[in-house]
Amino acid sequence: MQAGSKMTENKPKSNWVIEINENLCKGCEICIEFCPFTIFGKSDKLNRKGYYLPVVLIENKCNGCRLCELLCPEIAIVLTEE
Amino acid sequence: MSQPRNQMMNYIREEIMPHRFCPGCGCGTVLNVFTNAIDNLKLDPVKMVCVSGIGCSAWIPSPYFKSDTLHTTHGRPIAFATGVKVMRPDLKVVVIAGDGDVSGIGGNHLIHAARRNIDLSVFMVNNMIYGMTGGQVAPTTPTGVKTSTTPHLNIEPPFQVAELVAAAGASYVARWTTYHVFRLIKAMEEAITKQGFSFIEIVSQCPDNYGRRIGLRTGVEFLKMFKKQAIPIDKARELPEEKLEGRIIVGKLRDRERPEYTSELHRVTKEQVDKIKAEQEKIS
Repeated sequence: MQAGSKMTENKPKSNWVIEINENLCKGCEICIEFCPFTIFGKSDKLNRKGYYLPVVLIENKCNGCRLCELLCPEIAIVLTEE
Repeated sequence: MSQPRNQMMNYIREEIMPHRFCPGCGCGTVLNVFTNAIDNLKLDPVKMVCVSGIGCSAWIPSPYFKSDTLHTTHGRPIAFATGVKVMRPDLKVVVIAGDGDVSGIGGNHLIHAARRNIDLSVFMVNNMIYGMTGGQVAPTTPTGVKTSTTPHLNIEPPFQVAELVAAAGASYVARWTTYHVFRLIKAMEEAITKQGFSFIEIVSQCPDNYGRRIGLRTGVEFLKMFKKQAIPIDKARELPEEKLEGRIIVGKLRDRERPEYTSELHRVTKEQVDKIKAEQEKIS
């Protein structure tokens, strides 16, 4: 129990940065639907090919589960830990 | 403006991205998951051969994956892969092909490769239709679906390919959907490292050519359906058969040790060569 609490104390709260490659995204909205914290939203911004891009609404809620990154059929989502 | 780059692009021929799959297609997810599995295993793509046939799913390794790839004739990826494996047992041979390729046109190659238990990893992307050619009925199309070649109704029951391969004698058999990405990565790692024939049926979505016939027009709706319909194999064993109607049984179906084909073949050949040499020495 003590060891566990120590671990959580020592572990710094990591900040995850979500970036979306606009050239690759095809606007399938899988990331918007399946994020457990509904971090993504649909934007009005069109990319070069005419797809509506997703946008990161609440970034600091991300816990880095990587579900969006792996579900993305276009490999357009990039998750980096800071 | 420079765009963010995913680390998995190291394994992908980046100059031809974005790929040609439709928005929301499961083939892209399979490519994503496959690169992650290769990255976790720290495999060198130079020491791999990816074999594929004809169809949308055959485009996953060739041209997008950055290893040696063989894009073969329709239904014959396992036959070509058998040849590659027998001549070069040191290479990892992976077959990624569609359900029409592996279970429809190349069905006999599949069951005989499983019977021989040759060291191949076959990932069958099952989108339940011939998507590239315009939505013709496939051996895996569920009963009661209207397709372009069954305009009234499909009356045939679908093939349970994973169960078939398990019964034919494969070492490793699993079934997952494109929704279960973490499990799929783990299954792919196990399948690639397993000695012997390993087979994963990946139930995938085709929003354009299959989805519009069953009322699921986007990839999101498909993934929701997979989430709802998937049932783990341990739970499915306890349920009666009529309750499993329309459910997707996911999990590891078979994991066993059996003698592998290429090692046995090379052992027998070596024994014969040694025997002949000994006889020749006796004569001289």
